[in-house]
Amino acid sequence: MRAWRIAAALAIVGAAFPAIAEIPTAERKSGYDFMSRESRAMQDDDTANAGMLWVLDGETLWNRHVAAEKSCADCHGDARTSMKGVAARYPAFSPALGRPVNLEQRINICRTDRQQAKPFAYESKDLLALTAFVGRQSRGIPIAVADDAQTRTFIDSGREAFTRRQGQLNLSCAQCHDDNWSGRLAGNSVTQGQPTGYPIYRLEWQNLGSLQRRLRNCLTGVRAVVPALGAQELVELELFLMWRARGMPLETPGVRP
Amino acid sequence: MAARALINVPPKAKRGEVIGIKSLISHEMETGFRPNATGQLIPRNIIKEFVCTYNGVEVFRAEFFPSVSANPFVSFTTLATESGTITMTWSGDNGFFATESVAITVE
Repeated sequence: MRAWRIAAALAIVGAAFPAIAEIPTAERKSGYDFMSRESRAMQDDDTANAGMLWVLDGETLWNRHVAAEKSCADCHGDARTSMKGVAARYPAFSPALGRPVNLEQRINICRTDRQQAKPFAYESKDLLALTAFVGRQSRGIPIAVADDAQTRTFIDSGREAFTRRQGQLNLSCAQCHDDNWSGRLAGNSVTQGQPTGYPIYRLEWQNLGSLQRRLRNCLTGVRAVVPALGAQELVELELFLMWRARGMPLETPGVRP
Repeated sequence: MAARALINVPPKAKRGEVIGIKSLISHEMETGFRPNATGQLIPRNIIKEFVCTYNGVEVFRAEFFPSVSANPFVSFTTLATESGTITMTWSGDNGFFATESVAITVE
């Protein structure tokens, strides 16, 4: 009876995700590997990497007292030790909320619950700066989001979103980023969509931007309905992408063309 | 927050050596050609001039225009002549002014 149930469950899973060719571990490449020599040099040098301007602002915010309340540093101390590896584990399941939250949301939870302050607006300069500063402490650390039973459900929802055809172009993320990542689109590399450097300084944006901003870009590109910043669907997609990139070193703040 | 600048000058050099200098500053470089949500042009707000002096002597100067990207990055070379200070200044619209100095030892 039990064996039959497992077999049935496997059959359902098989039907939901037909023949997706996931990229083998040895063939995974960061966006960095697709970049020109000049763009790589920008990312490699902390005095040429414009993302570092946000990291420095983030450090100021980390030590700044919010009104009469505590600063980040009052609880967390030196970010170089306390925040090391943290960004590599996000998005992470929040037991209080019963769903995964990404790093930006986690910072805002701290702001509202611990600092009694107003949350930063999504994609605001301050939120990007703090996220970049926290992310910078995990540079070089392998991505390792949780893969336990409670997180698994949300990883699967993210995978479902990744493999679902959508938009007027009727394309799924996987059709480009799993099946055709070695190709080019309008002169640009398609890439594997590995979220290794977020928040990134994108030369096209002339600005720092979050993974969700990038995801919304892609969704606009296939002319799909674009979820709002911070939407649960985007967090699940982030979670799946980080799970898919597990083991790859974080490069925050990355530079991308 | 005030403008952030990142500069990279080798702390030590040999006399007569060609040294590379890199500078990066946070600035939106608003072109003055973009309309806002109500169709009004956003006023121009750019850095207009970048100057680098070496012990008070000008070694590099650049004029910036609206087509220069946000957060402009400038890289150039100069000759290491003597120990002292390398100073960079950026000035532009709305009274924008920023300056950074770094010491260099020439042996």
